[in-house]
Parts: sequence; structure tokens; C-alpha cells
Amino acid sequence: MTASRRSLIDEAADCLLTPGGLTLDDLDLGLGHALGPGIDYADLYFQRSWHEGWVLEDGEVKEASYNIDGGVGVRSLAGEKTGFAYSNQITADALAETGRTASGIVRSGSRLAVAPRVVVQGDARYGGVDPLTGLSAEEKIALLKEADRVARAADPSVSQVSASLTGVHEVVLVRASDGTLAADIRPLVRFNVSVIAVRNGRRERGSAGGGGRYPMSRLRDEGVAERFAKEAVRQALVNLEAIDAPAGQLPVVLAPGWPGILLHEAVGHGLEGDFNRKGSSAFAGRMGQRVAAKGVTVVDDATLADRRGSMSVDDEGTPGQCTTLIEDGILTGYMQDKLNARLMGMAPTGNARRESFAHLPMPRMTNTIMLAGQDDPADILKSVKRGLYAVSFGGGQVDITSGKFVFSASEAYLVEDGRITAPVKGATLIGNGPEAMGRVSMIGHDLELDAGIGVCGKEGQGVPVGVGQPTLKLDELTVGGTQS
Amino acid sequence: MTQAFDAAAQQALLETRAQMALELARRLGADACEVGASVDQGVGVSVREGEVETVELSRDQGIAVTVYLGSRKGSASSTDAGEASIRAVVEKAIAIARHTGEDPAAGLADAELMATELPDLDVHHPWPLSTEEAIELALACESAGRQRPGIRSSDGASLSSGEGVRVYANSHGFLGSQRGSRHSLSCMLIAGDEGGMQRDYDYTSARNPRDLLAPEKVGESAAERTLRRLGARRPATGRMPVLFDPTLASGLVGSLMGAIAGGALYRQASFLCDRLGEPLFPEWFSLQERPMEVGAMASSPFDGDGVQTRDNVFIENGRLASYMLSAYSARRLGMQTTGNAGGARNLRIEAPLASREELLARMGRGVLVTELMGQGVNAVTGDYSRGAAGFWVENGEIRHPVEEFTIAGNLEAMFKGLSGIGSDTDTRGSIHTGSWLIGEMTVAGG
Repeated sequence: MTASRRSLIDEAADCLLTPGGLTLDDLDLGLGHALGPGIDYADLYFQRSWHEGWVLEDGEVKEASYNIDGGVGVRSLAGEKTGFAYSNQITADALAETGRTASGIVRSGSRLAVAPRVVVQGDARYGGVDPLTGLSAEEKIALLKEADRVARAADPSVSQVSASLTGVHEVVLVRASDGTLAADIRPLVRFNVSVIAVRNGRRERGSAGGGGRYPMSRLRDEGVAERFAKEAVRQALVNLEAIDAPAGQLPVVLAPGWPGILLHEAVGHGLEGDFNRKGSSAFAGRMGQRVAAKGVTVVDDATLADRRGSMSVDDEGTPGQCTTLIEDGILTGYMQDKLNARLMGMAPTGNARRESFAHLPMPRMTNTIMLAGQDDPADILKSVKRGLYAVSFGGGQVDITSGKFVFSASEAYLVEDGRITAPVKGATLIGNGPEAMGRVSMIGHDLELDAGIGVCGKEGQGVPVGVGQPTLKLDELTVGGTQS
Repeated sequence: MTQAFDAAAQQALLETRAQMALELARRLGADACEVGASVDQGVGVSVREGEVETVELSRDQGIAVTVYLGSRKGSASSTDAGEASIRAVVEKAIAIARHTGEDPAAGLADAELMATELPDLDVHHPWPLSTEEAIELALACESAGRQRPGIRSSDGASLSSGEGVRVYANSHGFLGSQRGSRHSLSCMLIAGDEGGMQRDYDYTSARNPRDLLAPEKVGESAAERTLRRLGARRPATGRMPVLFDPTLASGLVGSLMGAIAGGALYRQASFLCDRLGEPLFPEWFSLQERPMEVGAMASSPFDGDGVQTRDNVFIENGRLASYMLSAYSARRLGMQTTGNAGGARNLRIEAPLASREELLARMGRGVLVTELMGQGVNAVTGDYSRGAAGFWVENGEIRHPVEEFTIAGNLEAMFKGLSGIGSDTDTRGSIHTGSWLIGEMTVAGG
């Protein structure tokens, strides 16, 4: 392991430092600029990323794009203060200039020495590959055309098909004044299909997609074009039949997998270290208390192999880990980066993430999952007299201070007398995080992870995340339909 | 900690790079090419509980190239605008264009549509502000808010100030460049009572720092907005009128624009396909675009295709008078571009305006919505269902705050049911509008 980590660092250094004439030894000097008087921690974050996207519309791949991004972000911390600057150039001059700028946040105090470097070894959670080279351009186009063909053949009501294939190859290197030296090579790919179906003048959309941290060739090998095309058409056809959704308070059953976005919104954000340090979260000061019904166990797990939200090391060079946030209903952990962990007297949990070198890291979720319970999913549906069965969702949002969260269903059904009866139009569900978690009354044994499509936004920064959960029953949630 | 930004020099540099990319694309065999390049620089400071929290200096640059080989298209971009990088970007764009399929609609906008009138629209007002001064302003803002009795803590005040240059050039020989600036100050506060914590915020934003509200005003208003949320309950479930605060009303205009945007129309992903000329709003309502307005937030003499922008009327006396099109989407629809590549610039409403009191009286019993959550707007069907917070209105008067409810309807019915617009116009963004009173929606609460 040590040997391969070493070579990972060499590989990252070759990619990030060598072109600008820098070596690993030069980083100590660079850090020295950022570790000015009164600064108690500083780090350098080097990143280069290559992004590729192919889009099919009207049966043709008419658009494709390629983007190269890269630079260094320099951060200086003094107590609760953060100074930050970044540059597109990775050179000694740029390090000196950004370092002096960042450390200008305070101007007096003692000057610390940069700790000798210690390579941080995170277990590899995915292959350090360039995912873009896994398929040739012709093969990428063929994959998109297959999705188009399958979707159009699936049903005559399908009038529009769009499909996209994207991949990101990212190389990062972190050097911090506490000695940390870590590197990571992060592949990320995604395939998406969206269709419009028209019948009797009514128009509806259906979409499906997924991916993870692996080469593009795996998308082809797993047959995603056919699977997502069929799934998107199925969803559009269901929505063509949908009736108006009910309005008011109802029991809600969530399907396994992607509906775990509820956890992400209802409890995940509220358990991020920064909000709790500042006391702005509805969960602040509730460590050790009951915040969810018995049986509810929620983890944030960066260690799952090849998942969209996984990280071998986080963006501060802390190894990714599995953190138990809620255990059997009791709040047991927050997600932390180094800054918030230090200020709260806790340990970092490998949750420091940033959109890019040009953004500051913050405590963020990775893959947030509710663990399986004992109930049979069929029994869960049977227990509902009149309620909603939500299968898929668009986006969600939370006000972490009041705890109010919302999320919008993109596929949902009415449940009457324990049976799924009619599909209903997309409705927004709204609730209060801690309250909703207290109303979880049945937990299925069918834990599923999502297909790999989540993007989480916080303070304007987007990062890829995963969610997962078993079938779940909440005794009462407000459903925002039009049928009151 | 200030960094110098020589806008004129940056502009000259970007123009040179854009020309270099065009020339290179031509030499490498592209039939047509377009280039966008930009540089932005800024400072952002945030304070919390009377202490500096972050000081961020930002400098972003990028160059994006699109080439056409016959009717095939390829695009590439980079944040490194050095000569070697420009070459790599052009080569990559050409390599991609060799693989993409034929698209008869692809290509530059027609040469005769290129902007020739390129006046200075007065949108570049740099703020020679030191970091220390920026911190002082943010502290003054937060302090004014924190002083209000009932405010428990602060989530911070932030000041950001930035300027930049963008250049668009294409192989018709068009080159347009524009300098711009943007400054803003915001404050978010937290209040609490036995019912739990609430937070809210306010902000001021302008092209010219002179037009910003005083920091104290922003802090006080943030406190006011936070405190008035305490004691919120759930409203009753039922059908009733909904009054949208101006910031949220501009979101409704945004949903309309999304539905009449060429990209949504040719993809049939809009509930307003094939509706040109039809009445969508009451007759007293018109919506116009004023892209050349001097000093306004989104002013520009040319659009993302280099086409001369023009005053558009999208809704005229309630009827859908025009779609919002770029050169590409117009070709797809067999129409002419409306100079809207990159979106709408400075939308203005023409309608009889009413005071807040008048609108509340007209509403009688219903909800005033001041915050919306979630993404529950379906552009394909117009179905609308979002989480909300605001105030309960009874007999035309605000009674108490409400939260944890949804409002639902369909945009088409909501537009038809628009029954009044407030005189409380919000001018901070590119869409200027007052509150919107919608006749009836479904409120789902307790």
C-alpha cells in the first residue's frame, strides 16, 4: 500500500507541479508564505481536471465539449479566521503571491514552522484511472445512439430523446502545514437519458441516469444505455397517466435508493460541523440525544467502492471514512473538516470537500445512507390506509436553522387500502428534519444505493454525492398537491 | 490585500487572445469559429459575531472556443489562457467537430445581424476598496442587525466586490467586449424562541457602489425579516389567493422566460410550445426587455451570438408576442433570432401597480409568501408545487407568520389568474417587478 501511495503522489506531482518547474520540496517554501505571523494552519491544494461531455439530440450527437481546468488554492487559518487566494498558475511566484495574500488575514503573532511532510495513506476506494480514455469517440457516440434507438422503440408516444455522457478526470495534491501530503486521482462518469412522451395532447418527461468513479467503458459493459433509456420511457409513460396529487398531511412511503435524498436534506446538512459549531443548525447541541425514531441508523460513508460520493482522501488529505451520524435514533456524530473539528475539539472525519481549487473546503456529505431495518417492503405498503408512495425525486432543499426541508417527487403513486392505485403528478413534500425522523415507523430490509446522479449544493459550491436507504414509512408528511 | 486590476489592459489582452484563437482555427481548417474569453477579479469578506471570518481574493479567467467544420460543431474551453493552452483548446474543438454529427441548424448567426452599435452602457464601476474597508462595512452591517432585541446570533455579513471583462469574437470579423462590475452586501441573522430558531437575510447589490443601500439599512432589514418569522404556524389547507413577494415574483417571470426560450421549445420541453399570439396573462399585463438600458444589471449591446440586442416585447397586452431565441434555436424553429443568446437582459413589466395594502385588501384571506424552497416547477407541464414560508392574511391584514406548507398550481392557470402587481418593485436584479397576486392556488399545511 505504501509503495502504491508513494507512486500516486509522484504521479500527481508530475501532473501538477512539474509543468511549472516545481518539486515536492518547493512546497515547503510555498507553505512558508501562507504560514505568516499568527497563522496556525495553512494548506496548498493543487488540482487539474479534464471534463468531457457528449450530448445527443434528435438522434444525432450534435454537441460535445471538452474543458481543462486547474490551479492552486492557498488557505491560511488563524482561529476562526480564514484567508484564501488562488491562482490558475502553478509556479513558485504564484505560490508566493497567493500565500502572502492568504496569510494577510492576520498580521501579528508567532510564526509556526511547516511540519515535515508525512504521506497520508487513504485506502483506494476507486481506481486512479483517466475515465475519458476508456472508450473511443466512436464508441461514446454509439452508446448515445443506442439509448436513442431503445427509447424510441420502447413506445410510440416517445417524441423526443436526449442523452448525455460526461466524464471527469481529476488529479489533486494537498500539502498542509501540519505535515499532510496526500494525493488522489478521481474518475467520475455519468450517463443520462431524458425523454418527452406525448399522448392525446398531453406532454410529460421521464428521465434516468447514473454513474460512478470508474472508466467510461464500464458504463457500456453494464448496458446503461438500454437500461436508462427504458427506465426514462417507463417514467414518462407513468406520468402520462398521473392524476392530480393530494394536498395535506398524509403517510408517505419512500421507495429504496434515490429517495434517500430525504435523509440528505432532512438530517444530513444539519449534521455538518460548520453549522453546529456556529449553532445555526436545528441539531446544534443535541449530541447524544434522540433525534430520530428507534431503528433509524444513518451513516456517511466515503469508503464505498467506486461510488459517486466516495473519496480515498478528502480535499484536506484526511482519509475518507464511514461516520455514524445517528445510531438507533440517537445523534452520535457530526461531519467535520479540520477547521471545524479543531474549533469543536473533535477529530476530522474526512468530510472536507471543495468544488475546486478556487473554492474553500467545507464539511460536506459523501454517500449518506440509512441502514436496513427488519420490515418487508410489501408489509410497509400494506400498512397504509391512504397515503403517497414516492419512487423518484427531483431536487430538495433545507433551511438548516428551522429544520424545514422540501423535496419534489418526479414519480409518485397514491396508496389506498394498502395498494398502489394511481400515479400522481409530481408533488413537493415538506417537513421538519428532526420531526420527520421521529415519525419513521417502518424500515424495510431492502437497502439500496442510488444510481449515481446526485449533486449537492452548499454556499454556491456543487460536489457529487450519493444517497441510499431501504423502503421507509413516515407516518405523516405534508404533501403539496392540488387536490385538497 | 487589494490587487490591481487594469481593465483596459485586460481587455486588450483578451481581444488579442480571441483573435489568436480565431486565426489558429482558420489555419487548422475550421470553416467558422467563435470565441468567448473573460477575466474576473474580486474580493469577498465575511464577518460573523463581530469578527472577521474569511477574506477571499478571487481571480478567474477562461477561454471557450467553438469551431464549425461544415455543419459539424465542436467546443472546448480552459481556465488557462496561455498561448499553448489556446492552441490545445482549438485543436481539441476541431478534433471533436470531426466526430459530431451533421446539424443543418449549426453555425454562427448571420453576418448582417452582428452588432454594429456598441455604446458604453455604463456598467463598469470599480470600487477601490481596501480589505480593511470591506471588513468595516460588513461589520457595520452585521452590528446594526445584531443590535435589534430578539436577534440571538448572526450567521454573518458578507461584502463582495468584483469587476471583469468579457470578449466575444467570431469569424465574421465581429469582436465585442464589455467591462462590468458588481458589488453586494448581505447579512443573515438568527432569532429564536420556544418554537425554535429562524433565520432570514437581506442584501443590496449594484453595478455602481454608489447605488448600494447603507450597510446599517441592510442589517436592520435582515433583523426585521428574521424577527417577523418567529412564532410561525402552519396555515390551513385549502384553495386561496397567494401573494408573491417581489423577489419570488421575479422567479415566476423566470419560469415564464424558461418556457418561451428557444431551447425548451424546439425540444418540446415547454408547456408553451405553439402558443405564440395566444392570451396567457390578463390584458393589462405586458413584459418587455430593455437590453440597452444605461447602467442596468444585465445591459449589453450584443448577445452571446454577437447579434445586436434589441428591445423585445414578450408579452403584449396579455398575449405571448414573441419567443426568446438565439440564432441556433431560431433556425431550429424556422424563425428569426430575437438577440437572446445567453438569455433575457433587463426585463420590465408594464401594468397598473397597486400598493401592498391594496393587494392585501383585494386578497382578503390567503397567504403572503416570502420564501420558496425546492425545485418543484415542471417546465414541460407547467405544474408548480413548492415549499413556502410567509404570512397568514385575514380580512386583508397580516395576522401571523406561517411556515412548513406548500403552494401548488399550474403556471398557465397562475398566469391567467394574475390579479394584481405591487408598486414595491425590486430593482436589485435584472428582472424588475413588484409583488404578484395570484387569484387562487392550493395551499397544503396543517
